[in-house]
Amino acid sequence: MIKVEQLLKAFGTTKAVDGISFEVAEGETLALLGTSGCGKTTTLKMLNRLIEPDSGSIAINGKNILEENPETLRRGIGYVLQNNGLFPHYTVAENIAIVPQLLKWDKAKTDKRINELLEKLHLSKDHLNAYPSELSGGQQQRIGLARALVADPPVLLMDEPFGALDNVTRSKIHSEFKVLDELKRKTIILVTHDVQEACELANRIALMDKGKIVQIGTPAELLFHPANDFVSDFLQEQRLQLEFKAIKITDLWEHLPEGSRKTNTSSLSAELDFWAVLEQFQFIKGENLNILNQQNKEVKTITFEQLMVAYSQYKNLQPHE
Amino acid sequence: MNEESQSLWGFMSQQADKLGIQTLQHIGLTFISLFIAVLIGLPLGIYITRKKNISGVVLGIAGILQTIPSIALLGFMIPLLGIGAKPAIVALLLYALLPIIRNTYTGITGVDGTVKEAAVAMGMSKWQVLFKVELPLAMPVILAGIRTATVINVGVATLASYIAAGGLGEFIFGGISLNNTNMILAGAIPAALLAIIFDFLLSLVQKLNFKKIKGAVKIAPVALLILSCLYFIPSAYGGKLTAGFTPEFMGRQDGNLGLQSKYGLKIHTIVISDAVMYKAAQEKELDVISGYSTDGRLKAYDLIVLDDDKKIFPPYYAAPVVREDALRKFPELEKTLNLLSGFITDSIMTELNYKTDYLHQPPERVAKDFLVAKKLYRADQGGKEGVVRIGSKIFGEQYILASMYTMLIKGYTNYDVATKTGLGGTKIVFDALTNDQIDFYPEYTGTGLLAILQAPPKTVTQLQVSKDSTYNYVAREFEKRYQLKWLKPIGFNNAYALMMREKQAKELHIKTISNLKRYLDSK
Repeated sequence: MIKVEQLLKAFGTTKAVDGISFEVAEGETLALLGTSGCGKTTTLKMLNRLIEPDSGSIAINGKNILEENPETLRRGIGYVLQNNGLFPHYTVAENIAIVPQLLKWDKAKTDKRINELLEKLHLSKDHLNAYPSELSGGQQQRIGLARALVADPPVLLMDEPFGALDNVTRSKIHSEFKVLDELKRKTIILVTHDVQEACELANRIALMDKGKIVQIGTPAELLFHPANDFVSDFLQEQRLQLEFKAIKITDLWEHLPEGSRKTNTSSLSAELDFWAVLEQFQFIKGENLNILNQQNKEVKTITFEQLMVAYSQYKNLQPHE
Repeated sequence: MNEESQSLWGFMSQQADKLGIQTLQHIGLTFISLFIAVLIGLPLGIYITRKKNISGVVLGIAGILQTIPSIALLGFMIPLLGIGAKPAIVALLLYALLPIIRNTYTGITGVDGTVKEAAVAMGMSKWQVLFKVELPLAMPVILAGIRTATVINVGVATLASYIAAGGLGEFIFGGISLNNTNMILAGAIPAALLAIIFDFLLSLVQKLNFKKIKGAVKIAPVALLILSCLYFIPSAYGGKLTAGFTPEFMGRQDGNLGLQSKYGLKIHTIVISDAVMYKAAQEKELDVISGYSTDGRLKAYDLIVLDDDKKIFPPYYAAPVVREDALRKFPELEKTLNLLSGFITDSIMTELNYKTDYLHQPPERVAKDFLVAKKLYRADQGGKEGVVRIGSKIFGEQYILASMYTMLIKGYTNYDVATKTGLGGTKIVFDALTNDQIDFYPEYTGTGLLAILQAPPKTVTQLQVSKDSTYNYVAREFEKRYQLKWLKPIGFNNAYALMMREKQAKELHIKTISNLKRYLDSK
């Protein structure tokens, strides 16, 4: 879907982006992760040509975007900014309708689409005639997302979209984000400095430093097979929680004891991560949970202790750095 | 005439026609120039946000324009654009440019970068970003600039009357010259009100929310145009010759009022300041001007004085006015001062003034050269028999006369001399004389008659028929009231006069004011 090759951008003598290449598959979410100044935002902004690269190529769906009209290109790419970038002199409705207006949609089509998005993003219609300054930070960020999604672009670029939000609002939006069907079909590139956010929202992470990609891979790959010390150090602080979230029950399946009690109680999916299952335990004596593995339709009934044993056995099999 | 008791309201209602015209002209001038300034300043301000490297130069130039004194700027305009509305509008628009350019620049650069980036990232073109995002968001700041420019323009437009562009300045400066408080206020109060009203109205526009501004932006040019047109309503005039008179001359019986009543002179007249009047006459912007008959500029600009054949301008013959006790104390003084009598005619005084005012020769040198040429000069005797104190007013002619008297006294007597030149005005120098601070100074008969003695109008009319009757009356009254003696007149008459370009006057065969009237009345 998106193919970036040997992309290079220098500001003065500093190479902000130093010859990076990567690919993003259709429907995939890639996080560009790194500290400030690592070149992640510059990379993102070259994808919709807010910044023109010095050299290298970018192709979306096989088309070289550097040869396209930048305005037409941008109308087909959703863009979400950290500080939302809503127009303060436009109402919510007008803000969302910016791209449809540029694309000369008729009013009925625009209105229908806006209403549809409001519903999906849990925004009240009462907000339509409000100005952005009258809304909360979380609401503003949702409007920013709605504005980016309104024309249903296949590609979505997000520049630290949740960076300005407080932790509670952020985790709420994170969970909404994960279940939003609008986003499931999209190819998303997300810039963030937050390791947890990257692990939680992205299929793959490109960890960047000094304009180069240090390692690109799934969260688990970065956690358990770090390319070098930089990668493991970067993840070190929140390693335990990250690991809990990166490991799925299916990864532990072979280490869990066989057998299940035939009960009518509902069972959890083995696709859940380790953390999510841990959260289900209420720590009552003799408590156990049923977990269903979709792949082989097998159900296992496990206790908290059994789960922890399986985890440590799995960990012991991983290579140590 | 009992002008003192006339109320401001009385004056304003009496002059309602003029006041109305001046107000319309004032509003017109303000807004024509504002309109053009917006047309230039707004795009320029936008342009320099795109070319940041020249923004400093542009803002610098606009800033320098702002610091040029208004009168000087108006003066610079005359050789380029003549007098009247054109130079006034250009000068006003130059003043209005800086706030408009600067606020446009500040407003647009102040728009949140994230919002601009979002606009670009949504796929807006440069123009769409400008019109849909940058201008609407910068509008309150830009409007603040326009508001500042409007208030500046209302203020500076009062000066437009100096170069005959009309406006409320006519009353203000006329009133100052004539020492008529009502007239000053009749101009100043409406001007202040205009500034306050426009400032208030624009503050309302500024406070409108973004939505309504979209509409206001469309209405604004129309409103500006309508206000601008007000200037042209009163200016439906024309004529063969154009006269430019100072505000003071306009209001005086021995000025324009006399020209109308005694000569029946009907000429298209504009009000203009003394400072630019002579130049405007030379530039053929004006054909007839009011001036002083011995002004050095007469010679500098090739102008001639029209003969006042019906004697409406009272004579202003110059003569030394001396304390009688000083004459007793210095017995040789009167004889010495009278040496100069009869030597200096109008044209000689004009020539001498020309040398100091235009050739910038020091008055001492001009005085000495003259005395040497007339064989009056004698070397300093190194006087030891007391000191004669000479006073003078603060203009060139008086400095020259004081220098001549100094040289004569030192050369012909054994007295020494102390000069107190440059005393501010008639009142100051006259008070110095009566309070025994100086012994004598050169005074003019007309000033003595009107300013010092404040003779009643009837007496003035009777006296101004001949130079001798004025001189005799003044000499008699000064002696009686102040124990001061008028010595023999020096010879020249520095009175009000109508002037024309020499060449034009010859072509039209105009030598006297009556000739001028006849020419104007002929088809």
